[in-house]
Amino acid sequence: MACTVHLGSPLRQYTGGAATVSANGATLDEILTDLDRRFPGMRFRMIDEQQRIRSHIRIFIGTDAAQDLQRAVAPRQSVHLLCALSGG
Amino acid sequence: MATVTLWIGTRKGAFALRSDAQRRRWTLSGPQFLGHTIHHIVQDPRRPRTLLMAAKTGHLGPTVYRSDNGGQRWQEAAAPPMFRRAAAGEPARAVERVFWLTPGHAQQPGVWYAGTSPAGLFRSEDGGAHWAPVAGFNDHAMFPQWASGARTPDGELLHSILVDPRDPAHLYLAISIGGVFESTDGGRDWAPLNEGIEADFLPDPNVAFGHDPHCVALHPLAPDRLYQQNHCGIYRLDRPARRWHRIGRAMPAKIGDIGFPIVLHPRDPDTAWVLPMDGTTVWPRTSVGGRPAVYQTSNGGKSWQRRDRGLPRAHAWLTVLRQAMCSDSQARPGLYFGTTGGEIWASTRGGEHWRCLAARLPEIYAVSAALR
Repeated sequence: MACTVHLGSPLRQYTGGAATVSANGATLDEILTDLDRRFPGMRFRMIDEQQRIRSHIRIFIGTDAAQDLQRAVAPRQSVHLLCALSGG
Repeated sequence: MATVTLWIGTRKGAFALRSDAQRRRWTLSGPQFLGHTIHHIVQDPRRPRTLLMAAKTGHLGPTVYRSDNGGQRWQEAAAPPMFRRAAAGEPARAVERVFWLTPGHAQQPGVWYAGTSPAGLFRSEDGGAHWAPVAGFNDHAMFPQWASGARTPDGELLHSILVDPRDPAHLYLAISIGGVFESTDGGRDWAPLNEGIEADFLPDPNVAFGHDPHCVALHPLAPDRLYQQNHCGIYRLDRPARRWHRIGRAMPAKIGDIGFPIVLHPRDPDTAWVLPMDGTTVWPRTSVGGRPAVYQTSNGGKSWQRRDRGLPRAHAWLTVLRQAMCSDSQARPGLYFGTTGGEIWASTRGGEHWRCLAARLPEIYAVSAALR
């Protein structure tokens, strides 16, 4: 079942500017893998090679902050992939 | 006479300055990738229309872009440099920045090398589309000692990846902080090459590694000749010797021999240029006394001459990073440097006279010259 993924502006270079896309998967890991299949390179910009969420990326499933890629994502639940930055 | 393009990597995007045939008029273009942090842009001498660029953003992880049409369009690497997945109990290394790019040997047309922060060496065999860790270095039994992950303010940096033009299996690299290392078997094994280099910040100044090379250069026409701008002075090494000699001792004492870049004349192995900075007290790393100057040696470091005509005479507290100074390969080589204050300076007379080509750019990290 597809869920809706909302993308922070730095990620939209991969989606042709689209702020919202759909993705399939039962976990956050599967959602991100599906996104990377359709938008190659996107996942590594958010998730490092040790499968950790990068420092300035925030992921919410519904309204809950996710720290773990194995978090379940329910059908039709929203996922927010956001970018946080400080400094000039 | 060919035109020159200066590729400029900044903290906020990529820019290009293109010259006319006489290198008198320059046209600034860009930004490309506005807001992206660009650590290095390098032309492929084997395919001059090809460029690679090391990039990331404040939010997003590191990657590499490739252009096959002189920088008009860029394609992201399908598999950017990344460490292998850590086994249980191992440090979980992750690339934070791709810091350095080096084209491979002329006989290996698809090969590129990348250096990262934290220190890692990576290799591509398909022109930068797919990258793999060089296990012979990254997983060397001594790697944890060679690259200790020192948390210096800008992080541990692997840079100055050098390929011997006579032998694609003969490689050098440098880690700041870690030292210079050499491989003679294509990267399968490595050994430190730091004899004679001072390390006044360590309790034992005679260590085999742990030094702080800022920039190392190998002369393309005399590949046994290496120069090094180190945290502790300017050095020269003539292989097969293994001991570096501090040629910076011949610099004026009031200027010192501390800096980031060192640039070689494209044809004369005895000519090199450095840009000294203030390495006293808390290390301001600005032009000494606020009066920027390039210093040139024409005799392999026996003596140095100040080259500051056209540069500001006072209150110019410039900082020039290790990738931000270069030469072109014209008959009379042009010299170029970019400052962290966003200025590009050029001399088309071997450093004898300087002029400002651009100002008010973002903080400049890298300047490289490409010929068309």
